[in-house]
Amino acid sequence: MPESKIRVLIAKPGLDGHDRGAKVVARILRDAGMEVIYTGLRQTAEMIVAAALQEDVDVIGLSILSGAHMTLFPRVLELAKEKGLGDVLYLVGGIIPDDDVPALKEMGITGFFGPGASAKEIAGFIKQHVERG
Amino acid sequence: MGLVDRLLSGDRRAAAQLVTLMEDGGPPAREAVAALYPHTGHAHIVGVTGSPGTGKSTLVYELAKEFRSRDKTVGIVAVDPTSPFSGGALLGDRIRMQKLSTDEGIFIRSMASRGQLGGLARATGDAIKVLDAFGRDIVMVETVGAGQSEVEIARAAHTVIVVDAPGLGDDIQAIKAGLFEIADIFVVNKADREGADRTLLTLRMMLDMGEGSRERGWRPPLVKTVALQGEGSALVADAVEQHLAHLKESGQLHIRSMRLAEEELRRILGQELLSRLLDEIREEQWEFLTKEVAERELDPYTAADNLLASFFQATAGVDERRGYES
Ligand SMILES: Nc1nc2c(ncn2[C@@H]2O[C@H](COP(=O)(O)OP(=O)(O)OP(=O)(O)O)[C@@H](O)[C@H]2O)c(=O)[nH]1
Ligand SMILES: [Mg+2]
Repeated sequence: MPESKIRVLIAKPGLDGHDRGAKVVARILRDAGMEVIYTGLRQTAEMIVAAALQEDVDVIGLSILSGAHMTLFPRVLELAKEKGLGDVLYLVGGIIPDDDVPALKEMGITGFFGPGASAKEIAGFIKQHVERG
Repeated sequence: MGLVDRLLSGDRRAAAQLVTLMEDGGPPAREAVAALYPHTGHAHIVGVTGSPGTGKSTLVYELAKEFRSRDKTVGIVAVDPTSPFSGGALLGDRIRMQKLSTDEGIFIRSMASRGQLGGLARATGDAIKVLDAFGRDIVMVETVGAGQSEVEIARAAHTVIVVDAPGLGDDIQAIKAGLFEIADIFVVNKADREGADRTLLTLRMMLDMGEGSRERGWRPPLVKTVALQGEGSALVADAVEQHLAHLKESGQLHIRSMRLAEEELRRILGQELLSRLLDEIREEQWEFLTKEVAERELDPYTAADNLLASFFQATAGVDERRGYES
């Protein structure tokens, strides 16, 4: 009986020390039937990409934090492409300054979810964009 | 180049994709197993099991570091439960190991149990084969936080580490009945906590009474650790190496490998037979017999016999037809 599940990596890059939002999203996606790998706090771009590669995920969700995203996210995407993970779906969660969205889109980030995003919205977006599962 | 060739040439992405293939199952997975199987059988497979929260992941992380310092490459498969309600899973073991993520000599894969009981996933055995063929010297498998029936790991590993910790309530309960018997090495983790010595003493008493131990000539060592601080993990790594040496010297490695092969063959045969049988049974027949059993017209054993009889008849017919053609 072949079965296939959407696999998602949730990572919290950077140095700040709280991850409630990331954990909430992880639970939402589990409850939507996905397999969610949570990597914990203080992740470097190298750690995130290495984990995504070993876990063969379809989606990488990055939790945003004050300011650092404009330097960290490009590094994650660049490294990921280098390692052949170009076809992964990238999402960002958190408070995203409007001014930054175009640049992030340009880098290859597809989904943006602010603090008010509903469970249905996030899970629905992923299911729509990922073929398997 | 195919996935298996890429795996054999050391491509990490191929290793990851092959594990996914194994999880998805079906004919592509079987083909991949057939291709990589000749390259397996070299890794030392080490199971790590024990009650939830005893520190299995933390210990696996420390052991992986220790083995790396001994110039060994390490593969890790960490299994967490699938939610029976959503079919999804939160795979959290990796959090404790993530610092090793970027070491090329380490490969960590999280796996959801996908409804399988017994502490492992259906595809865990095949994931182990992937990492074995990938050339990892040691493959560690962390089971789902185990109760007493989660002893599948004994059928998959050469060496089983059972992790206990103080503060899990009743000391005897702490090591669940089934777990005691499969341990080759006992670790009492969280030795920084009150009650660790009592946990150790209880285990020692049980061993003295002759319980446990899968093999003659091997008394499972008891090792105290503070995994969170890395204390004692070198001693556990020593015990793991000593156990392998013992298996080799006593000839039991061969016996255990034969037993693992037999168990796996038996399991696959059972699965295959059942799925082919279910494919072969016509729906009307299935419904008819189910109804008969429900209405007490037929007992379930006789109904099963009927199904088996018509299955073997049908498959014999297939063989005859093949005979004609050739
Ligand atoms: N005090 C103390 N805490 C520890 C020690 N080792 C691990 N812990 C803590 O115990 C908790 C559980 O550790 P894990 O390594 O996740 O335990 P686990 O057995 O893998 O847990 P599950 O996979 O959920 O069953 C964590 O908060 C660890 O930090 C130790 O030696 N001493
Ligand atoms: Mg764990």
